[in-house]
Amino acid sequence: MSDAQVKTLGERQAFPPLLSVDGIKVHYGAIQALKGVSLTVGKGEVVALIGANGAGKTSTLRAVSGMLKPSAGRIQFNGHDTTNMKAHQLVPRGMAHAPEGRGVFPNMSVQENLELGAYLRTDTSGIQQDLEKSFTLFPVLKERRKQMAGTLSGGEQQMLAIARALLSKPQLLLLDEPSLGLAPQVTEAIFRTLREVNATGVSVLLVEQNAHLALNAAHYGYVLETGEVVMAGPGKALLESAEVRRAYLGE
Amino acid sequence: METPAIPVPEARSAVPASLRGLLPVLLALPVLALFQWLMSDAPFASYLLSVVGVNIILAVSLNIVNGMTGQFSIGHAGFMAVGAYISGVLSLNLKDVALSFLPVAVSDQVFFVVSLLVGGLAAALCGFLVGLPSLRLRGDYLAIVTLGFGEIIRVVVQNTDAFGRALGLSGIPQTSSPAMVYFWVFLTVLVARRITGSSHGRSLWAIREDEVAAEAMGVDTTGYKVRAFVISSFFAGIAGALFAHFVPIINPGSFTFVKSMEIVVMVVLGGLGSTTGAIVAATFLTLLPEGMRSLFTLLGAEGSLAQKVDQIRMPVYGLLLVALMLARPQGLFGTKEIWDVLPRWIPRKRRGLA
Repeated sequence: MSDAQVKTLGERQAFPPLLSVDGIKVHYGAIQALKGVSLTVGKGEVVALIGANGAGKTSTLRAVSGMLKPSAGRIQFNGHDTTNMKAHQLVPRGMAHAPEGRGVFPNMSVQENLELGAYLRTDTSGIQQDLEKSFTLFPVLKERRKQMAGTLSGGEQQMLAIARALLSKPQLLLLDEPSLGLAPQVTEAIFRTLREVNATGVSVLLVEQNAHLALNAAHYGYVLETGEVVMAGPGKALLESAEVRRAYLGE
Repeated sequence: METPAIPVPEARSAVPASLRGLLPVLLALPVLALFQWLMSDAPFASYLLSVVGVNIILAVSLNIVNGMTGQFSIGHAGFMAVGAYISGVLSLNLKDVALSFLPVAVSDQVFFVVSLLVGGLAAALCGFLVGLPSLRLRGDYLAIVTLGFGEIIRVVVQNTDAFGRALGLSGIPQTSSPAMVYFWVFLTVLVARRITGSSHGRSLWAIREDEVAAEAMGVDTTGYKVRAFVISSFFAGIAGALFAHFVPIINPGSFTFVKSMEIVVMVVLGGLGSTTGAIVAATFLTLLPEGMRSLFTLLGAEGSLAQKVDQIRMPVYGLLLVALMLARPQGLFGTKEIWDVLPRWIPRKRRGLA
């Protein structure tokens, strides 16, 4: 029923399907956080989920990554029904979640944090290679390899969280508010790296409050409002739409 | 750009892996035999040492949950009670049974070990039943559930005829010995050590650091927490079973909330996450009342203060904790172990992925 209200703008660029979320509902006790959210992410696509506080962005992400169990609806990932799977079953299937507020392990070194990203992998040489890769992607992490993650700056912690998520070798990276509490230049640097990551074939489902940045980086975007998708369209098209500009870009 | 590879620590040992686990056990046995021989003529000293040992087992096992995994369980005395009563009742029933092909003393020890294991397993089962639903919750909820569990066990025991109600169980064969207690101390410490160094320990550490992030990394957080809890309860049960076999009587008064708190205090004082700290703090806090008693007697306060030590003990614990929180909030050892602070020439624990 909520699908009927989605206003779709423009043509979507075609990507082979990877994730499809179909009408998921999430309840926290008596409160309904998601009232039937549907969205898809293609292989190699960057999809942004924008919306105000409490719109259900984080809940959607948590349901997709298996940290929350949806009370209704279906989630398919890579051709499998993953609706009732938990995070530890989804990580080996190629889904990585960099949770909100970064969530680095504060009393572990940068290196140990990264090693935990490869928690479920057993290919030692592959892990080594990917560690090197993440150091090329984020040179600052290499400098701080031995440093406790809790002593890093906010931006560095965000980079660590992304690098750590990438070490599980995901096909789909779920990113929750990477710009939270960061200076504009740092945020831009992170989004630049995100494009590099995407260029290697990793799909990204991005939750952001900073609609401008997110829609610029994304192939496709969804606008969430009080637990429902109200608008969808290619990033550029959403950026140009009068409603989005008024509601989320302060114009 | 050329980046230097990160060195992979290579395993180095002449002992085959299958034997390596057994080696410390083989080394410990003669030490314990010597220990037993030295202790055989000093009943009070061996009683005291056994109490110290039981408290070490309790503190080290609680540390697996409260320290390594960062959960907050405050019902450890409940699991201890389960072990004590189950094994106590079993031993009472097997009292007159003997294996005819063995000398009586050996046969007694065989039954003792069996009843220890039954006590431990019963406690582990309780740990599983309590842990499975409550460890899915986060934070304070586990504390409340374990607190409730400890009280339920006590009330059940107090009202069950088979467990001697409030009077307790007496006449349990006194088959325990300091050597047996310290053998289990040793096993507990060994298991705790093994957990820390394993990938299992890594997972627990990740849960302690940030549960949400650990889950996102693919750590089966509930599974690991329940496993840690079951292991911890098993050893608490063993501690209780040992206890039941060297004290003349066990009654519900030995397994109150105060006992649980005492164990928590030991773990906090030693440093959450440090096995060494748990051992040191358990030893210190167990001997403290004895030390106070001797001190008061020496000062000539015999009869009055010396007899009230058991009541003075709790405020002293409280003061100790306050002083500790002010001076060293991470506990005596923090998360470090004795081998982390030893001089350099002693081989250290390897850091990095195990």
